[in-house]
Amino acid sequence: MSSAEMLHVGRPISRVDGRLKVTGQAKYAAEYPAADLLHGCVVSSTIAAGRIIRLHTDRARAMPGVVEIFTHENSGKAARQDEDWRDDIAPPGHPLRPLHSDRIQFDGQPIALVIAESVEAARDAAALVRAECAIEPHCTQLEAKRSQAYVPPEKRSGIPPPSDPRGEPEQAFAQAPIKFSREYRVHAEHHNPMEMFASTCVFEPGGKLTIYDKTQGSQNVQSYVASVFGLKPANVRVINHYVGGAFGSGLRPQPQLFLAVMASLALKRSVRVALTRTQMFYLGYRPDTFHTVSLASDHQGTLLSIMHDAVAETSQYEDYQEALVNWSGLMYRCDNVKLSYQLAKLNKATPCDMRAPGAANGVTVLECAMDELAHELDIDPLELRKLNFASMDGNTGKQFTSKALDACYREGAAAFGWSGRRREPRAMRDGHELIGWGVSTGTWEAFLQTASARARLTDDCKLEVSTAASDIGPGTWTILTQIGADALGLPLEAVSARIGDSTLPASPVEGGSWTAASNGSAVQAACEAVKHTLFKRAQRMANSPLADASFEHIEVKSGGIGRKDDPRRSLSIAEVMHAADLTEIVEDGQASADPEQAKRYVSYTNSAVFAEVRVDEELGIVRVARIVCATAAGRILNPKTARSQILGGVVMGIGMALHEEAMIDHRLGKIMNHNFAEYHVPAHADVDDIEVIFVDEHDDKVSPLGVKGLGEIGIVGTAAAVANAIFHATGKRVRDFPITIDKLLAA
Amino acid sequence: MNRFEYVRPDTVAHAVKALADRDARALAGGTNLVDLMKYEVTRPSRVVDINHLPLRQIEPAPDGGLTIGALVTNSELAWDPRITKRYPLLASAILAGASPQLRNAATTGGNLLQRTRCYYFYDPSTACNKREPGSGCSAIGGVNRIHAILGASDGCIAVHPSDMCVALAALEAVVNVEGKDGKRSIPFSAFHRLPGSEPQHDNTMLQGELITSITLPASDFGSNHTYLKVRDRLSYAFALVSVAAALKLEGGEIRTARVALGGVAHKPWRDPDAEQALQGQPPAEAAFAQFADQILRQARGQGENDFKIELARRTMIRALRQAAAGTPQKQSDKFVL
Repeated sequence: MSSAEMLHVGRPISRVDGRLKVTGQAKYAAEYPAADLLHGCVVSSTIAAGRIIRLHTDRARAMPGVVEIFTHENSGKAARQDEDWRDDIAPPGHPLRPLHSDRIQFDGQPIALVIAESVEAARDAAALVRAECAIEPHCTQLEAKRSQAYVPPEKRSGIPPPSDPRGEPEQAFAQAPIKFSREYRVHAEHHNPMEMFASTCVFEPGGKLTIYDKTQGSQNVQSYVASVFGLKPANVRVINHYVGGAFGSGLRPQPQLFLAVMASLALKRSVRVALTRTQMFYLGYRPDTFHTVSLASDHQGTLLSIMHDAVAETSQYEDYQEALVNWSGLMYRCDNVKLSYQLAKLNKATPCDMRAPGAANGVTVLECAMDELAHELDIDPLELRKLNFASMDGNTGKQFTSKALDACYREGAAAFGWSGRRREPRAMRDGHELIGWGVSTGTWEAFLQTASARARLTDDCKLEVSTAASDIGPGTWTILTQIGADALGLPLEAVSARIGDSTLPASPVEGGSWTAASNGSAVQAACEAVKHTLFKRAQRMANSPLADASFEHIEVKSGGIGRKDDPRRSLSIAEVMHAADLTEIVEDGQASADPEQAKRYVSYTNSAVFAEVRVDEELGIVRVARIVCATAAGRILNPKTARSQILGGVVMGIGMALHEEAMIDHRLGKIMNHNFAEYHVPAHADVDDIEVIFVDEHDDKVSPLGVKGLGEIGIVGTAAAVANAIFHATGKRVRDFPITIDKLLAA
Repeated sequence: MNRFEYVRPDTVAHAVKALADRDARALAGGTNLVDLMKYEVTRPSRVVDINHLPLRQIEPAPDGGLTIGALVTNSELAWDPRITKRYPLLASAILAGASPQLRNAATTGGNLLQRTRCYYFYDPSTACNKREPGSGCSAIGGVNRIHAILGASDGCIAVHPSDMCVALAALEAVVNVEGKDGKRSIPFSAFHRLPGSEPQHDNTMLQGELITSITLPASDFGSNHTYLKVRDRLSYAFALVSVAAALKLEGGEIRTARVALGGVAHKPWRDPDAEQALQGQPPAEAAFAQFADQILRQARGQGENDFKIELARRTMIRALRQAAAGTPQKQSDKFVL
């Protein structure tokens, strides 16, 4: 079989951009050259609250090469209304306006921008800027503001608030024979992708801007820049061909973007602003959260009541919201449910969606509580989950488009060897190490967003598919190429994808695990439209062998268009185009959710995560010896990039369980471990055997491609599986993440 | 980073002369100094690149030991057959630290001179007596889970971050330095210092002195030793507590014990009295526990790091067990023996 006849979708194709990346040819935002480029360095506040009395910039200005220093006193004109500063992803509130006023609301807030002819001069001069401030009281401690927590008055678009209580949760809890309430905490985590945030703003004669930005959405940045600076969108082009990781931190425009554009417009020069690793800690983050989870069941383990109350931090200026407690109302069947979600304002930057926002932390605590319930009942924790399997979404009363979670439980357990587990804690040991096995369910919503794409087929049988999507690492370049190849029966080499450019067909930001389903379906639709046009042209030809065929009977493959049932009745693509005097066919396609279907159905990705930990009890050292993650995510477009997605999510989950935590000096209101030496993420040694399983799941409703998305699901449940395994190993329950040595020794 | 003068001397004499300036700093592997400069913690007026000095040899010392040039890299040292055979404790401690990439660049002399990893020392917007004498210590009452439990002062609770130095302390190495007044040798125990009222001084070197080599004495701790490091992840993190233990056993008794602790004090911590008390005892649990208790009698937590006292006790006992059994911790293993 020739390569052209093979199906590319569903095969483990290596990344089409892999070679460019490993050879350094893939350019990132800070790597684009520009003539007479100026360099900006951000000066950050070192206090958490107060007012700038004076910025001493004389020494910095005297540094050779310094061109200008921008502060709140000379930051130029920008939009006045909050609405103009609000990007597609912004929560309610007053978006941060860098260098807008003398007010400081969090440590690390940008207070000045030094522009110089070289990056060294900018950096060295920035170190000489001194801020004279009137310090005001601050609070960075969530426990201190917990009693003042409030229900956010304005809801964030796209984030469903907790559903109303159902049944009689309190009464059911009071009357249940088995019950408990537990407090959990998941500390703040910082995205810290490898690539630092950077914007290279190229100023073109006539005032047009081309901005190379580290972002998850070129068009989100384009409209933000246009509205903040009052520019015509057509005069702002944003490019993000390659993105060195983001995990959600690139969903919103970050301060360096505003600063680079502001300086570029003021100086009429091209400007680059890149943040430092330390400054990366003062962007958004996964918020610190407190949880009270109350579970009640009968003696057999049937859930009688679920109550999940959470308090999360937000900034002084915006009410960041995520779906934190909603999962507790839909993961298991229960008639009596009460959920609440409140915010507390601290002197920190606004949190920002971080991989599986709300689920990575919210599901973790529910799944730990489920493990506690299984222990109370003395039943197998996997059996408890199966017993309470939800076959519909209790929050909305809607059906699932598909839910192969039972297969995840079954296949994951088999691969892990779960049946060999001894139920009681501390029962398994190997030398100094106690061995524990833990399990967790994971879930994440499967979205289909409105997205557009364009397909361009040329008479030499080359296809270009384009959409303003981003690829922050999951393999978007690759899967769009695969989809295009299969849609028009072409070999991969004949297909090229174009993404990462605001001039391409409309796309949402890359987030929420929706890109494969949304942009992939749009590409498919565009290719279908090309096929349709090609067919119409073929029918119009004199003596067309397809004159009496209908579109359903047609296939395009091996450079030709013909009848499926009679391959001899076909025409080459070249002859069809030439007969119509065409050299190419260009068509657009779109994908969007079906509102009628949404009235009846919801869609979720599901997983079962199994973890084995080894705990050296004397020293409190935990190592995660193996993880099995079985996922039901509909159609898997590319098992290789899909597996990598899950691996990355699982590693991040290990970090949530054991390592990641911003350590704040609350007296100073400062994050103190703001570097990779002291902010710990898993090192290679912390990551052992990870087995990824994709169970079969056919879903003809979730998206035209049957795809659910995989960006988030790998992290959801992993931290709980590890924590539950630690309990199984040691009999110690640590309800405060991350589970570090000190907490295990104290437990 | 500030503007600085860069010089690259070819001889030790020239280097010493270049280092006479109060704000001059020697650059070897640069794995710490360059970071400190980027963070504005160190602002040298002159950077003296010593990489062209002839200090890259490992040679026999007159008394049967080995002399290690200051510019021998951590990797070269850890994998040198003379070290792995005769001083496996040292090789093990080196491999417990940093990453292969860092060890390829970092040098012997530089390892001795690396600065603390105290969060506040690295953040010039906070008070730190080590960085700015007299400004105060923010770590006291602050984020201090990695800080000292032994030998701290009211002015500084920082710890020395090195793994290699913990082994060198146990092996009783000698540090050879050269300054404008000539050469001198400093016993390892007298090289690093406690913070006291002058935490800005990590060690007892004089202004302008340069480490030229260290000498390992001809002692033999080849069979009963271990380097056990406990940290917040399984690799690439500084020690919460580490223990270098070396024993000489004879007739079922401990003849000599050398035990140094890392991650607990401003210098690798040794307690000669406690080591003395181990002499003549059977290498068993009771003696180990007594030893640990004796060392930790003076221990004092700062709040967040209180757990390190108990962790240090357990790590010492475990390390002594490993050393007594002749089963040193392998740094390539993730489980603790």
